[in-house]
Amino acid sequence: MSTRLAREGRFINKNKAVSFRFNGKNLRGVEGDTLASALLANDQLLVGRSFKYHRPRGVIASGAEEPNGLVNLGAGDSFEPNARVTTTELFEGLTATSQNHWPSLEFDVGAINTHLSRFLPAGFYYKMFMFPAPFWKHVYEPIIRKSAGLGKAPKRRDDDTYEHFNINADVLVIGGGIAGLAAALAAGLSGARTVLMEQTAHWGGRAPVDGATIDGMPAEAWVKQTVEALSKMPHVTLRTRCMGAGVYDHGFVLGYERLKDHKPTAAGAKHRLWRVRAKQIVTATGAIERPLSFAANDLPGVVLASAARDYVVNYGVSLGDRTVVVTNNDDAYRTAITLKEAGLEVPAIIDARVTADGELPNQARALGIRVETGKAIAKVAGGKRVTGVSVCAQAGEGAVLEEISCDCVAMSGGWSPVVHLWSHCGGKLNWDADQAMFRPDLDRAPTGADGKAFVIAAGIANGHLFSAEGLADGFSAGRAAAKAAGHDKKPGQAPMAEDVAEAAMEPVWLMPQGASYALRSKAWLDFQNDVKVSDVQLAAQEGFESVEHAKRYTTLGMATDQGKISNINGLAILADQLGAEIPAVGTTTFRPPYTPISMASIAGPAQRDLFQPVRKTPMSDWHTANGAFYEPVGQWRRPYAYLRGDETVHEAVNREVVNARENTGLLDASTLGKLIVSGPDAGKFLDMMYTNMMSTLPVGKCRYGLMCSENGFLSDDGVVARISEDTWLCHTTTGGAERIHAWMEDWLQCEWWDWKVYVTNVTEQLAQVAVVGPNARKLLEKLGGMDVSKEALPFMQWADGTLGGFAARVYRISFSGELSYEIAVPASQGRAFWDKLLEAGEAFGIMPYGTEALHIMRAEKGFIMIGDETDGTVIPQDLNLQWALSKKKEDYLGKRAHLRSHMADPNRWKLVGLETLDGSVLPDGAYAIADGVNANGQGNTQGRVTSTYFSPTLKKGIAMGLVHKGPDRMGEVISFTNIGGEPIKAKIVDPVFYDRDGEKQNV
Amino acid sequence: MLILHCPNCGRDVDETDLHSGGEAHLKRFGPGSSDQEFEDYLFMRENPKGVHFERWHHSFGCGKWFLAARCTNTLEVFGTYSAQTLEPPKEILDRITAARPGWSWGALK
Amino acid sequence: MSNAVSALDGKTSAGDVTIREDGLRGMISLRGDLGLAKLRSVCTGLTGVDFPKQGQAASTGHQGLAWMSPDEVLVMVPHDAVPDALTKIAKALQGQHHLAVDVSDARAVLIMEGAFCREVIAKLAPVDLHPDAFGPGDFRRSRLGQIAAAFWMRDAACIEVVCFRSVADYAFDLLAAAANGGPVGHFPNS
Repeated sequence: MSTRLAREGRFINKNKAVSFRFNGKNLRGVEGDTLASALLANDQLLVGRSFKYHRPRGVIASGAEEPNGLVNLGAGDSFEPNARVTTTELFEGLTATSQNHWPSLEFDVGAINTHLSRFLPAGFYYKMFMFPAPFWKHVYEPIIRKSAGLGKAPKRRDDDTYEHFNINADVLVIGGGIAGLAAALAAGLSGARTVLMEQTAHWGGRAPVDGATIDGMPAEAWVKQTVEALSKMPHVTLRTRCMGAGVYDHGFVLGYERLKDHKPTAAGAKHRLWRVRAKQIVTATGAIERPLSFAANDLPGVVLASAARDYVVNYGVSLGDRTVVVTNNDDAYRTAITLKEAGLEVPAIIDARVTADGELPNQARALGIRVETGKAIAKVAGGKRVTGVSVCAQAGEGAVLEEISCDCVAMSGGWSPVVHLWSHCGGKLNWDADQAMFRPDLDRAPTGADGKAFVIAAGIANGHLFSAEGLADGFSAGRAAAKAAGHDKKPGQAPMAEDVAEAAMEPVWLMPQGASYALRSKAWLDFQNDVKVSDVQLAAQEGFESVEHAKRYTTLGMATDQGKISNINGLAILADQLGAEIPAVGTTTFRPPYTPISMASIAGPAQRDLFQPVRKTPMSDWHTANGAFYEPVGQWRRPYAYLRGDETVHEAVNREVVNARENTGLLDASTLGKLIVSGPDAGKFLDMMYTNMMSTLPVGKCRYGLMCSENGFLSDDGVVARISEDTWLCHTTTGGAERIHAWMEDWLQCEWWDWKVYVTNVTEQLAQVAVVGPNARKLLEKLGGMDVSKEALPFMQWADGTLGGFAARVYRISFSGELSYEIAVPASQGRAFWDKLLEAGEAFGIMPYGTEALHIMRAEKGFIMIGDETDGTVIPQDLNLQWALSKKKEDYLGKRAHLRSHMADPNRWKLVGLETLDGSVLPDGAYAIADGVNANGQGNTQGRVTSTYFSPTLKKGIAMGLVHKGPDRMGEVISFTNIGGEPIKAKIVDPVFYDRDGEKQNV
Repeated sequence: MLILHCPNCGRDVDETDLHSGGEAHLKRFGPGSSDQEFEDYLFMRENPKGVHFERWHHSFGCGKWFLAARCTNTLEVFGTYSAQTLEPPKEILDRITAARPGWSWGALK
Repeated sequence: MSNAVSALDGKTSAGDVTIREDGLRGMISLRGDLGLAKLRSVCTGLTGVDFPKQGQAASTGHQGLAWMSPDEVLVMVPHDAVPDALTKIAKALQGQHHLAVDVSDARAVLIMEGAFCREVIAKLAPVDLHPDAFGPGDFRRSRLGQIAAAFWMRDAACIEVVCFRSVADYAFDLLAAAANGGPVGHFPNS
């Protein structure tokens, strides 16, 4: 059984108990435990069930590479699925539940799949669920959805906060083992702005566990001394619990700092995402031990050899009383020695190599441990945990020579450098046949903006598996990085380490070498996704020869651990099956993040009220306090209607329209874009921007203008006012202000840069209010200050003056068809002016109206709306706006495009009014039905509805639409689609439904 | 994350502060141009794996446009320069030639 | 005018880093040839500060100048002094191609004070805020969360932020949330 030993552990404080819950059981760990070590100390070896076969699974590793130990963490507002037990630090009150089982971890119905595994081979889903097609939706998918997936999605909103942090660094070192510390030390001493990130809570990596000596002292002491030295350097930042998650173009790196995962009740953000722009990056990310592929290597109790000694040394936890070590290298002997020295039994070391005569094997033998060379494990015995192993010859096919009873198997297939961060941005790898691993090729590093390398791999991550060379490599990498970042100060003497010499490892990809199908089909490669040796072999046989294809077919390495311990073993099997060399098969692509990071950390502050900016006008508070029902227009929120009492939105809209037509309406038009265009060449410039002539507009007058893209399509419209000889004010649509401003700047900066024109966006400088209706003039006259009579301020003119004491610019323009003034005042006085209008307007039946009333009134008048009548494919001619296309001008944006054959085609759909025969409202976007079907058998169309409303003025449905040769077909009745009902008949009419002669607006 | 130097305000800025404006050095064709010329101007674009010239707008910063010479394959930036020019400056062309002998781009060599 | 109010009417947020909306500030966007002696002298005359170099700002109280782009300088004067300042600019630059526009009400000014105010900005803007790279006098236009903003340091513990009026609420809440998150402890002496 696994238990807490009497000895101390490096990371724990045995005197401080921490209580936690797992699957409803109250358990105790100690301060410094991970959830994994605490569970193991409580003999909770079984932590989950595998994805496909629901096999019982235990912890296999001690760090980020763990594939099995995934749990649901917390509850309610802090629920988090798929938390790795090996990287989850224990805290008082932690609550976890295991995943992927039903009804319980101990007894799981889905485990029947393991007996069906012969029928669930690689590619099973692809093969099985193809036919019959309807079965997919109604049978297969519901079943797969129910049984698939690991953790549950949280049901409640996350209660925590998250943040970003932007920094620049000369040198960013990722990984706080001895190589990373040495790199940071060299960079720091060179004078570089240096950041060192370590994903765990502890500095030093494996060296203190594995017993290296540095500068004559134990690794632990050197680590402490180095961290202290680095802490004193003001230009060096050290962060633990901060993972280098991804390396991106031009030296951009994401660091994922877990601030509160280990102390959830602390103040501040839970996770912080560091957004680093680094001149140079050192990846000192260490290595991951590989499992060996033998039958039933997935049983709880089969662990990585390094993890077995980590738990003893760091947490004082043993994984079993009797541990069989199985290996192809000397390093795993450290585990046997550590266990033996901790007073535990090691019945045998099974070494696949023919000889094992190095210092470590001899040390093990001296401790009385039996060493069996040339041997292999044929099969592990046990159910929910290991009970023993069958030993066979590595060279054979698995004939059992001996059975050894044990409760733990510690395996080591050698080490794979963590090359992920090196590779994210294109760093290339070489195959090192001697050490059987891919290692970075420093001559083919990722290159940055200057075309030079910006990533240096260092230490074990660079393929230097031993402390002495790894440490030296780290220091020189740090120095080289600092130098490349422009810091050439000599960092002094590099630290020196001493190692125990190790004999060469021997690649072993299958155990035993000639394992039968029965054994291979129980030899796991990918523990989380349940991929076995036999699956990869099948994929190769079925033609999935590319490593990327084999990966997707088998799902090898596609689980949440991204195959950290399985990928190399898998592609070695694939290479063997294909009869190819491992480097010829290559690796799959390494993509960020290194381990999963929280979605919330990516969102950072963009949550709740800060999810996105909401733009407010100076009158927004009034709107909110007075029943505004908002609609989003870009990032603005505009009142759609103001609800009074318990009226519906529809009723409110109708009331607002009727009141504006009969009394006085008030519209907050502040969101309309307002651009000042000024300079000696402003007139010439605006003649290019607009389809109609603006240079001839007299000072004091307004003109409605259209803007097209170079493609000839309508992009914006608005009223232009000439302010002075060389200055115009251009109104844009609400959504168009920034876009049109940028459009103008683009042409001025990039095409006509010699033209003397300046443009300034004053959209937000001015609050603008439309005063609309037959009483509009009376209201303004009551405010007093300037002459707003028909004579002094005729239709389509503007004037500056004061109204009720407010400095105002008043435009006589109308988008409603009524007598209408649009009044601009400084934004700081917008609210006061609005209040003043409401107060003075009481006698004139004043009522604010929203955007829907605005839309209805413009539609009653047949005015087009950008975004309704236009969709990026509509030209002015389609909307019968030929009158706004200047014939006098040689050029304007879009003019050449209008000459293209399709633009001049008489068969284009054109704007008309539409009236249903029964007065009902046409569905928005409905298509006009034409005879026949097209090549795809779909019904032909001859037009579509672009705007459709109930008109409270006319008390019937009105609509506008684009219809094939529409203006030539007045009076014709055509049919429109009506989803779920009979087609609707509508008559083609003039789009101006109300006051055709404009008598109301021109009074 | 591309990090480009804005020659207008002198800052090295993240891609997120910029807006890409497509191919640089387009010649505008207006009324009087042939259908072919106009089609080329509106629609035909270089799409190289390698040296490219692009327009960038420093939209979250100084609001000015600039041009960039960049390798679309390695993301090496050969230089950024004024938008008020009809062709890339000689020093940038020389730098490209040194780094990518034999390169070509549209009408440029 | 007495009924003029700023976007947030002087809203404040307490804490180790305080944030306050500074009320109305006169701002003139002046486009023109920044090398022109007449332009520079009218600007310095109106504000009493030196004309800023590329990427710089200078301010004392409510007066100041900020380099916005190669052809734009932001002239900051007391809010009620804008009409007079516009007249002076017009007079000084008569006959010169330029555009001076009152943008006072299009903006909001937020002032942040406290030891780690530098880190508050670094949480929100993709900008190098290390003291070696950004100090008093430096001016930067970038994004703050999802909005455009400009900021500069008055001194080591005070940063002024300018954003559009319509998003003042968002900017204020964003800064307050970042300040509430506490210091990161990355920058020296912060």
